[in-house]
Amino acid sequence: MQYLEESYDVVVVGAGHAGCEAALACARLGLETIMFTVSVDSIALMPCNPNIGGSSKGHLVRELDALGGEMGKNIDKTFIQSKMLNQSKGPAVHSLRAQADKQDYTRSMRNVLENTDHLTIRQAEVSEILTDQGVLTGVKTFSGAVYHCKAAVLATGTYLRARCIYGDVSNYTGPNGLQAANHLTDSLKANGIEMRRFKTGTPARVDKRSIDFTKMEEQLGDERVVPFSFSTDPASIQKEQISCWLTYTNSSTHEIIRDNLGRSPLYSGAIEGTGPRYCPSIEDKVVKFPDKERHQVFVEPEGLYTNEMYLGGMSSSLPEDVQYAMYRTVPGLENVKIVRNAYAIEYDCINSRQLNASLEFKAVSGLFSGGQFNGSSGYEEAAVQGFMAGVNAARKIMGREPVILDRSQAYIGVLIDDLVTKENLEPYRMMTSRAEYRLLLRQDNADLRLMGIGHEIGLVSDERYEQLLKKEQAIELEIKRLEATNIGASEKVQEFLENHGSTPLKTGTTLAELVRRPELNYIMLTDIDLKRVPLPEDVVEQVDINIKYEGYIRRQKQQVTQYKKLENRKLQMDFDYAEVKGLRREAIQKLNLYKPMSIGQASRISGVSPADISVLLVYLEQKRYHKNVEQKE
Amino acid sequence: MKMNTIAAIATAMSSSGIGIVRISGEESFQIIDRVFKGKGKRVKKLSDQKSHTVHYGFIYDGDELIDEVLVLIMKGPGSYTGEDTVEIDCHGGILVTKKILETVLKYGARPAEPGEFTKRAFLSGRIDLTQAEAVIDVINAKNQYALKSSVSQLEGAVSKRVRALREVIIYHIAFIESALDDPEHISLDGYHETLLQAVIPLKEELKRLIRSSENGRVLSEGIETVILGKPNAGKSSLLNVLVGEDRAIVTDIAGTTRDTLKEQIMLEDLSLNVIDTAGIRDTEDIVEKIGVEKARHAAEGADLIIYVVDGSCSLDVNDEEILAFIEDRKAVIVLNKSDLSMVVTPDMLNKRTSHKVITVSARNRSGIEELEHEIKTMFYEGEIDFNDQVYITNVRQKNALEEALRSLGMVEQSIHDGMSEDFYSIDLMDAYEQLGIILGESVEDDLVNEIFSKFCMGK
Repeated sequence: MQYLEESYDVVVVGAGHAGCEAALACARLGLETIMFTVSVDSIALMPCNPNIGGSSKGHLVRELDALGGEMGKNIDKTFIQSKMLNQSKGPAVHSLRAQADKQDYTRSMRNVLENTDHLTIRQAEVSEILTDQGVLTGVKTFSGAVYHCKAAVLATGTYLRARCIYGDVSNYTGPNGLQAANHLTDSLKANGIEMRRFKTGTPARVDKRSIDFTKMEEQLGDERVVPFSFSTDPASIQKEQISCWLTYTNSSTHEIIRDNLGRSPLYSGAIEGTGPRYCPSIEDKVVKFPDKERHQVFVEPEGLYTNEMYLGGMSSSLPEDVQYAMYRTVPGLENVKIVRNAYAIEYDCINSRQLNASLEFKAVSGLFSGGQFNGSSGYEEAAVQGFMAGVNAARKIMGREPVILDRSQAYIGVLIDDLVTKENLEPYRMMTSRAEYRLLLRQDNADLRLMGIGHEIGLVSDERYEQLLKKEQAIELEIKRLEATNIGASEKVQEFLENHGSTPLKTGTTLAELVRRPELNYIMLTDIDLKRVPLPEDVVEQVDINIKYEGYIRRQKQQVTQYKKLENRKLQMDFDYAEVKGLRREAIQKLNLYKPMSIGQASRISGVSPADISVLLVYLEQKRYHKNVEQKE
Repeated sequence: MKMNTIAAIATAMSSSGIGIVRISGEESFQIIDRVFKGKGKRVKKLSDQKSHTVHYGFIYDGDELIDEVLVLIMKGPGSYTGEDTVEIDCHGGILVTKKILETVLKYGARPAEPGEFTKRAFLSGRIDLTQAEAVIDVINAKNQYALKSSVSQLEGAVSKRVRALREVIIYHIAFIESALDDPEHISLDGYHETLLQAVIPLKEELKRLIRSSENGRVLSEGIETVILGKPNAGKSSLLNVLVGEDRAIVTDIAGTTRDTLKEQIMLEDLSLNVIDTAGIRDTEDIVEKIGVEKARHAAEGADLIIYVVDGSCSLDVNDEEILAFIEDRKAVIVLNKSDLSMVVTPDMLNKRTSHKVITVSARNRSGIEELEHEIKTMFYEGEIDFNDQVYITNVRQKNALEEALRSLGMVEQSIHDGMSEDFYSIDLMDAYEQLGIILGESVEDDLVNEIFSKFCMGK
């Protein structure tokens, strides 16, 4: 029976990493928000790997934090090991990754949500969206309760018509046996939304007591932990860390896998969804890289208060008995006991080209979406989309322009632009190589790039924002000082340079020039920089990077200027490209399908050539000219 | 990054009296300031001059004087394109005009796309509305044309070689990126050495390609030709016949110091730049006077050597020596004076050279057609239209090759400077994109695909 339950400003469907950020953003902006989940016990669940961050994903978390999101703060509270990856590489690819205590992570996030004003949590399955002439009016639950709302954010993750598979066993459940959401898909289809099916997978969890760690290499955390959140005091999170362990597969493992490929649903055709190439199952790795003699297996704790260990690198959908056999060929796992089987999971999601860059559906006004539902993968990718969808849903209600980050501002911008512009045939994962301007989009300067925007949105406090302005100023002043401070070829300086394996000076130079030398840096120059005033660590880091990589940074900034020109030429969303004479048919088709918001975005759509863009520019100019003439008349 | 200031030759690529190189875009004035020197000692900065003024001076590439020119400067929006525009009027002739364009490209402009000046003119509202559709047609047509000509030029060997280069480059980018994305699975320890060993042969191959792109140059700019022969072998007679009264397209092209003169001869579509004409004409004795060594030197930079043998005198040591050193160069042997009684026979020459021997009488004009035909077959490969479109394509390609080479040089530099691996991939990507321009291919998802297909990543 249908009945009217309540009215809200915003409905959020799903309480995973996207749903949590969306709900928090809306509620914190003062909107009455309700968040639905099939299981309140599974808020912010980490159903796969037990870590947050990693290459380029760490960037996303820091960006999210700068904008006012929660993920960074939550992992800072609940991590049990932390590492800055790629430390020997350039600053652009340094990336934080922390092992989480999964249960603690969930509990801590739930605690934040439950104590946020304007936020209601409700356990129920949303089965329908309600619309009136293309405008969202509410949602209905499976039990028939109708919730009216002004906007909704769909963050259903892997739960829509979910099916978990290993061997010939398949269960119509979400991750960890949680209830799937089997009804919403039909309602979305009825509203003209095109659905598709993706798959992903996870390895087994095993009992710590059954592992022989003496046969594995210990993987320690960093000695000094760097927090994810810009608002976390580094001193407050230095603590004892838990180890991870490394072992390897071998030829016996591979033999067992090869012998049993026929029993894998991936190869027998029982799985129809498209899986991601970047996190292949172990059977995929063995088939695609037959020459590799061994693959790494990372054995990672799931938390402090559990014996379960995650077998990173060995996700699989092989039958239970084969899983046992193959895991037990791995050194240290000879007597391993499985707690939870590895499995593949298939789920409904959308082709994200149906979204605007604000993450609102083109076809349904007021309906937004984020996370794995949009065809991405990963907790971090989900969180940032949920946040942006939530912010933009809130802004729509408040009558404000959406916040759209572009490719030169943030990894978040790259991620969303890729999702809504490119043909994504598999779950989308963030990678540093996807960011054209990665020297500018560093994890160390996420606050400088984005906190101003977060403040404008209303999710960064005045106090935090003022601190940022002070930091900015300190960086600028110190760079100027170094550029302006001359250093003579004194005996002391020459000796200093020699000691550091640096060429002695022939004539005077500036401190900045010395910082630029590959073998020197800001800290090392303390001895010969007599007027130096002690500065905070984060300021020093920025000064060093900005001076050292000045040439590269300038080059990227020039590229950004060029990029912005095309980005700033806006296109009408309701425009019919068939009107443009001279466009090739493929281009008309693609442009009408994607309805890009700018010439820049149009140029990134596959199938739209540079000549098409020229034609389009000419056409636009023609139209503008027409308008001017008409106005004059 | 050279981006937004474009340059092209605005006049037809023929041996007309004046050639115009046009530059348009934000940096036009900065670029012209880098290459222009006024007369007199005072430095004249054209960027400081009034709009729509003409200036006399010289174009330099660094210290090297290119040509004496008139430069017209027009500040935007009062120009054809609506942007800051510079026009360089030079002495015409393909060589000089092209050299000026190359200099301008070297100092910051990029080659204009087909129809790009017109497009810019339109976009800044300089062209009437009724012309809009024509512009669209031009863009489409020219793009197709450019593509067609570049494809026809590149069919076969060159495109294969460029593709092979790109494959190596993208492999290395993908390797670096995989390791950056998944540092715990893929290690970059000691990789800089491997990359350095890969970059060196890549650079060598690029250099070879740049040199071979000179073949295209030969077709479009003319064949650098040297006529060698002993005194009275009939070199100037032959030249006169080749120039001919009915072939009036002949210009003197002033070189930098005016001490080398080049005569241009058109053989239908093919042009020969006959070097040191004055020398040949005045002295008639290039071999004797300056000696075999000098002849060798003169022939060094030539695309074509025409060795004229006097059939009425017997062969001597000089002939033997010259025939020997032109053996592995592009050359044709002319056995002249067939109107007189011959002591040298084609057979005698055929024994000493693998080059084609053509019997000619410059006086009676016999055998000339055969000679022309032979030269044409030597250089004319395939159906290539000789016109400015193909020429532009050539410049763009060469430009891209040079940019790619420069980018690889920067990779090498970064390795030597001990930069970290993520910096290598920036310049490797630039090289990859530049080579893509030659093939008309864009990057799109190449990299991501390469990463996933070649390297095993992930959880």
